[in-house]
Amino acid sequence: MLKIQNLKASVEGKAILKGIDLEIKAGEVHAIMGPNGSGKSTLASVLAGRKEYEVTEGSVEYLGKDLLELAPEERAGEGLFLAFQYPVEIPGLTTTNFIKTAVNEIRKYRGEAPLDAVAFLKMMKEKMAMMNIGQSLLSRPLNEGFSGGEKKRNEVFQMAMLQPKMAILDETDSGLDIDAIRIVANGVNKLRNKDNAVLVVTHYQRLLDYIVPDFVHVLYNGRIVKSGTKELALELEEKGYDFIKNEVNVGEGV
Amino acid sequence: MTNVEYLNKGLDQLNVADNSLAPARKNAITSFSKMGIPGAKHEEWRYTRIGNLFNKDYQFPAKKEGFSKTDLDGIRLPGHEEANELVFVNGIYASEFSVIRSKELVVQSLEEAAGNENKEIVALHFGHSSSLLKDGINALNTAFVHGGIFLNIKKGTVLSQPVYIYTITDARRESVLSQPRSLIYIGENAQAELVETYVTIGKADSFTNQVMEVAIEKDAKVGYYKIQNDRQQANLVSTTHFRQLGKSYLHTVTISLNGGIVRNNLNVVLEADHCEAHLYGLYFMGGDSHIDNHTIVDNVMPNCFSNELYKGVMTGKAAGVFNGKIFVRKDAQKTNAYQSNKNILLSADASVNTKPQLEIFADDVKCSHGCTVGQLDEDALFYLQSRGVPAPIAQSLLVRAFATDILEHITPKAIHDYVEQLISLKLEYDLP
Ligand SMILES: Nc1ncnc2c1ncn2[C@@H]1O[C@H](COP(=O)(O)OP(=O)(O)OP(=O)(O)O)[C@@H](O)[C@H]1O
Ligand SMILES: [Mg+2]
Repeated sequence: MLKIQNLKASVEGKAILKGIDLEIKAGEVHAIMGPNGSGKSTLASVLAGRKEYEVTEGSVEYLGKDLLELAPEERAGEGLFLAFQYPVEIPGLTTTNFIKTAVNEIRKYRGEAPLDAVAFLKMMKEKMAMMNIGQSLLSRPLNEGFSGGEKKRNEVFQMAMLQPKMAILDETDSGLDIDAIRIVANGVNKLRNKDNAVLVVTHYQRLLDYIVPDFVHVLYNGRIVKSGTKELALELEEKGYDFIKNEVNVGEGV
Repeated sequence: MTNVEYLNKGLDQLNVADNSLAPARKNAITSFSKMGIPGAKHEEWRYTRIGNLFNKDYQFPAKKEGFSKTDLDGIRLPGHEEANELVFVNGIYASEFSVIRSKELVVQSLEEAAGNENKEIVALHFGHSSSLLKDGINALNTAFVHGGIFLNIKKGTVLSQPVYIYTITDARRESVLSQPRSLIYIGENAQAELVETYVTIGKADSFTNQVMEVAIEKDAKVGYYKIQNDRQQANLVSTTHFRQLGKSYLHTVTISLNGGIVRNNLNVVLEADHCEAHLYGLYFMGGDSHIDNHTIVDNVMPNCFSNELYKGVMTGKAAGVFNGKIFVRKDAQKTNAYQSNKNILLSADASVNTKPQLEIFADDVKCSHGCTVGQLDEDALFYLQSRGVPAPIAQSLLVRAFATDILEHITPKAIHDYVEQLISLKLEYDLP
């Protein structure tokens, strides 16, 4: 479904991704872990199409298409979704108004008619209940003054509304209380089926108890330096990143 | 003969009638002869050049003949069915086109009011704007005052229908220089909503030099909305001067969406304890438009509150100027005065020049000001795009979001919706 090969990217001339290889098949859940500043969010941003990150080498194939050729909105139209580590606040634009525009623009991209008001409201209600989000939050300007947890729940709510094929969650668990983690995980699990895939970026093994990954990768210094199954997350939780850093540094002869 | 010489000659031939307009007019005649049309050396006119506008062959004094009811029907504002409508054509009040629905509303010609039981009010307030606006352009209007009106919203009158004021320029046959003038008195406990709009028809050049003075008494409540969406050949200096004479409430929203050279002077003089004034503005200009908002909040008495928020969105080669003055006179202790001006430039050729100016002569006051000039937030744009919203639509959403906290202060619903619609159209056609 998603095939990343030797992906290198830089920002303002500084190399951040230094050759990423990763393949995600339909139906799979992958987790990416790694120390702060290793490039996890950069990878997510490059996949979503952020301009300021320049891809200097490599390729990304998504559902048979060259992902890097597509504008961000086209990627969304093709079913890619990124839940931001730091969701943006937009005063003056309500979440409801925004999500309605997003849903219908994606439908337009796919050649579908816009949802009528009744169908849209029905879908909103359903997803609100699922994400335990109240109407009052959605009537407020997008993310403005939302608590950290509210912002993250709003991200997953939007994901539920857009029903992506490939969802990338960048530290969506950070800042969530214990109940909210369960709600978010539940939302993600409901999305899972044999035709779509999820990539979760997280620092904590805890989330992976709820969203059980098929594979766990460690990103360090712009490269995936170790991959394994869910047991790898447990090992990291126990030992920290030092043992991996040591392995890498020995391997590179530092 | 240049137009200024022509105007000066006109001045010499002026016959100032002996009524309560006379003292202000005589002063204005002297002022205009001394100061003339303000040029780039005049501190308040540095960024807005109007000298060239006088190098044209205008119809002056302007006439209103030739304009018809059918012409008016094409330009009436939404909600007019339930509004009072006052119509100026080429600077002359046209009672034949005006519709007064509220019986309490008194409309008289300025000359008439200056001689009847209202002459004291006229004497007190007519020409007061010249105390803050020391330039020939203000004097020019007062000197040649003709065809103006006095509007009396008497003590205790709560107008249930808004007052729409149309400043129409008929430039179908020739270029027009017009000078609409009005004086509005809002008595104790009265309430009124005033909506002004400016429309030019015809292809010739026009220059409108408008002055409106409004006196607000104790416990009165006033909403004032200025909607500018004229053609690019239509040049305008629009002065609106409020005096809050007793503890009263005023809120103003100035919307500028199109025009040639547009200069708005908005003055609010707080002359009593505990007055409250809100000044909102949105200018969203493109093409070659020039929009200049000069505002003055003059705190004369203590304990007044004022809040000012002006926002600009500039596209094309449009140029913007914001100059916000706050005076706090020495008796105006415990003044609370806030000011903010935020601008977004959507094109490389657009520009904004913004300048807050606080002059504080009292020691126990709370004042703040801030201004920003920037582009649309890239993070926000990317966020919207990454959720499937194409770039142009994302831009529109962000501009609209930016304008929201100005538009929400337009209370008459028909006008609010109308302005939203104008903005939608602009977003569709004007974005880069
Ligand atoms: N726009 C940018 N300008 C300059 N440096 C950047 C920019 N974006 C990312 N970086 C740098 O790239 C590196 C990787 O950042 P990234 O956000 O991808 O890390 P991360 O793995 O997501 O970290 P965290 O776990 O803290 O979220 C960091 O050193 C960061 O400072
Ligand atoms: Mg990150």
